[in-house]
Amino acid sequence: VIEQIDITQVNWARAQFALTAMYHWVFVPLTLGLSFLLAFFHSIYYKTGNEEWKRLTKFWMTLFGINFAIGVATGIILEFEFGTNWSNYSWMVGDIFGAPLAVEGIFAFFLEATFFAVMFFGWNRVSRGFHLFSTWMVAIGSNLSALWILVANGWMQYPVGQAFNPDTARFEMQNFWEVLFSPVAISKFTHTTVSGFELASLFVIGISSWYLLKQRHQLMAQRSIAVAAVFGLLASGAVILTGDEAAYTVAQKQPMKLAVMEGLYRGEEGAAIAVMGILNSEKEVGDDQDTFILGARIPGLLSFLANREFGSFVPGVDDLVLGNEEQGIAGADARIARGKKAIGYLKTYKDARKQGDVVQAEQALTEFNRYKDDIGYGYLNEPAQIVPPVALTFYAFHTMVFLGVLFALVFLLMLIYTKKGTLHVKKWLLRLGVACLPLAYIASEAGWIVAEVGRQPWAIQGLLPVSVANSNLTTGTVQTSFFIFLVLFTLLLVAEIKIMLAQIRIGPEEG
Amino acid sequence: MIGQLDWSTLQHIWWIIASLVGSLFLFLTFVQGGQTLLLTLAKDDDEKSLVVNSLGLKWEITFTTLVLFGGALFAAFPKFYATSFGGAYWVWMLILFTFVVQAVSYEYRRKPNNLLGTRAYDVFLFVNGSIGILLIGAAVGTFFTGSAFVLNDFNQVTWQTPTRGLEAALSLFNLSLGLFLVFLARTLGGMYFVNNIEHDKLVEKSRRSVLVNFLACLPFLLYVLVSLLVMEGFAINPETGEVFVQQGKYLANLLDVPVILVLLLAGLLLVVYGVLATSVLKKDHGIWFGGTGTVLTGLAIFFLAGFNNTPFYPSTADLQSSLSIANASSSHYTLTVMTYVAMAVPFVLAYIAYVWKLMNARKLSLEDVAADDKAY
Repeated sequence: VIEQIDITQVNWARAQFALTAMYHWVFVPLTLGLSFLLAFFHSIYYKTGNEEWKRLTKFWMTLFGINFAIGVATGIILEFEFGTNWSNYSWMVGDIFGAPLAVEGIFAFFLEATFFAVMFFGWNRVSRGFHLFSTWMVAIGSNLSALWILVANGWMQYPVGQAFNPDTARFEMQNFWEVLFSPVAISKFTHTTVSGFELASLFVIGISSWYLLKQRHQLMAQRSIAVAAVFGLLASGAVILTGDEAAYTVAQKQPMKLAVMEGLYRGEEGAAIAVMGILNSEKEVGDDQDTFILGARIPGLLSFLANREFGSFVPGVDDLVLGNEEQGIAGADARIARGKKAIGYLKTYKDARKQGDVVQAEQALTEFNRYKDDIGYGYLNEPAQIVPPVALTFYAFHTMVFLGVLFALVFLLMLIYTKKGTLHVKKWLLRLGVACLPLAYIASEAGWIVAEVGRQPWAIQGLLPVSVANSNLTTGTVQTSFFIFLVLFTLLLVAEIKIMLAQIRIGPEEG
Repeated sequence: MIGQLDWSTLQHIWWIIASLVGSLFLFLTFVQGGQTLLLTLAKDDDEKSLVVNSLGLKWEITFTTLVLFGGALFAAFPKFYATSFGGAYWVWMLILFTFVVQAVSYEYRRKPNNLLGTRAYDVFLFVNGSIGILLIGAAVGTFFTGSAFVLNDFNQVTWQTPTRGLEAALSLFNLSLGLFLVFLARTLGGMYFVNNIEHDKLVEKSRRSVLVNFLACLPFLLYVLVSLLVMEGFAINPETGEVFVQQGKYLANLLDVPVILVLLLAGLLLVVYGVLATSVLKKDHGIWFGGTGTVLTGLAIFFLAGFNNTPFYPSTADLQSSLSIANASSSHYTLTVMTYVAMAVPFVLAYIAYVWKLMNARKLSLEDVAADDKAY
């Protein structure tokens, strides 16, 4: 279909998308979680009428606003970037992918945008009740936005409810509910939003811990920690549960992603989970080298995670690339061959249609339908191309899991010492609280790396590799916009951090 | 009932919905117009503060409407989304950059330690209101003047000019449409200040600026209108689907579909009344006439481009690659689903209107700004 794939341009387009997505993701999780924390703080103020809680609410609201603005700024690019840099993708799957984006605009963005102004400026303009309502609407609106974009993302990882239409040369939606309630979409949405709750709780705890260490605003800091630690602990539990569910759906729908997350090359029954490890960088698909230079593994656990059964078989990278007859897994070369046939018959069909040859068109279509499920593989040339970057995915995954466990512990300790009333003298824990703030961002970005790097080379799993999803642009064009984004977003990020730090130093208005 | 609608009807409904969102956006560009007035109209810090805080309550609605416009086009006409954004790369990128810098400017401009200084953020707001709107106008102009692209059998776009969309700004027609929108936005911005701000001197200046900016937009409007009446347009043969060039196509559309003519005339008259009400009759409600007029005019422009067998995104390089609402749309199934979803739009408009009414119940005064620690 595509005569020439300019792989350098594709990689720059990927770099640009990764850059904008990762910058956007710096700001989104805080919005998702802090909006709910604001709603909690505001509700307590509403119930108690205590001015101290109002000051507390307003302080966190100021930080929320600073973060929100740059979140909006980085978000608009992403929506349009599907068109600008991935125009073939936009055409091929726009019939399915566009709908959740439009629904997001109608249902979620306007909630956020409309009630955000009321939340910020409504203190003296609307009734107390309506003001509180608005704060809740901002929280619900932001999290609804996340729902729809993650439904869209979930669909890319597990493309359900669609069929290929050879006449329009695109995938078309067959069932909206299948897209919305796809298991991948649901586990992605729940895992992502609750991880945002966790990050926001750590944000509040980190800054409050700093105040306690500096012995400033102690009442506000202790109250903030109390609410955030409860929210964070609940979120932690949910992150672990939904993470387990997410891993299960990955195992079922994207076995290659699971294999690289775990560095599993040779599939096995009773597969072991890697607690930690250093990968052997010399390791190639199908060779006899050890995967790990160093590592600790627990047998059986990966099988349980993947299939809910300790003795079950989990395919490794080798099985998926080279095939495993015993387990009934087709090798990538067979799928590539089938995919090339699908592409060939599609072209024959198109040409026959153009020439009005009904019989040939009919025949080509029948053949096409036999092979179309592997059409995406037809754009690849080497079986090993189906392997995502192993090291990046593996380390990102393990960093995320390790930090996730640490955070759960921190929330628990914060809560215990808050109850005992001795938190302010536990300097070590407060320092740990401050340290967790940047770590939360690292864990969060690592999660996205697992999700997005781990599904390479696919834009749409199995159907469309990124190398044919892009726009027809020159490398220079994409490089130019990449560097403009890099400079612009970095500048805005630095401004954001400086402003944020200044506001934290100033602290809440003294009453 | 929606389930029974045929594909073509749904395509028309979605062109109307997309046009409505686009036209509402044009009305809401009073925010962008107001931003450009920040540098020219507001002289001292008090006036600047009033202008920014008045717009600060509304900029997100405008921004979100633009995002929804993009989302609606993606969902309903994905081939346009893929062709235009992937093709006219630089014009869209530049537009986006101006909105990126806008989004942070309200929040950051007066905050201590903001790296770039207040002045820089005010310039960002000006750039968004001037270059941003100008380029949007130029991009919409290509609905009539066409762009140089070719689609292959698999609907992949090849853009024929190395400037990737920036060439749109070189056409006198597109440029005029852009400048018309810039000055219209400034006109609307002034109307909004008169409606929303309590400050005698600033309001008086705003009333004058409404008239001045409206007069400034007139020559560009006239050029656009006259060109539309006489220019070569793009037409589709309904029998064969073939696209061809037709002299006076847009004039023919006005005559064939009188509703468009009515929308256009009513829209322009309402804008004129809004201007007179604000600057001559010294009324405060001009924005509602100017705004409604802008929406109607916008609808007329979009309908002129897309209805009556007209390809709304014509290709000058290969006529048969031109996009119409029939060949660029989503599948019948998707449009049906989306139409159910769109039933929520009146509800969304209702709560936006309700909140607007609440927040604008009292005019914004210097005391309000001073009393609000969240002020921009």
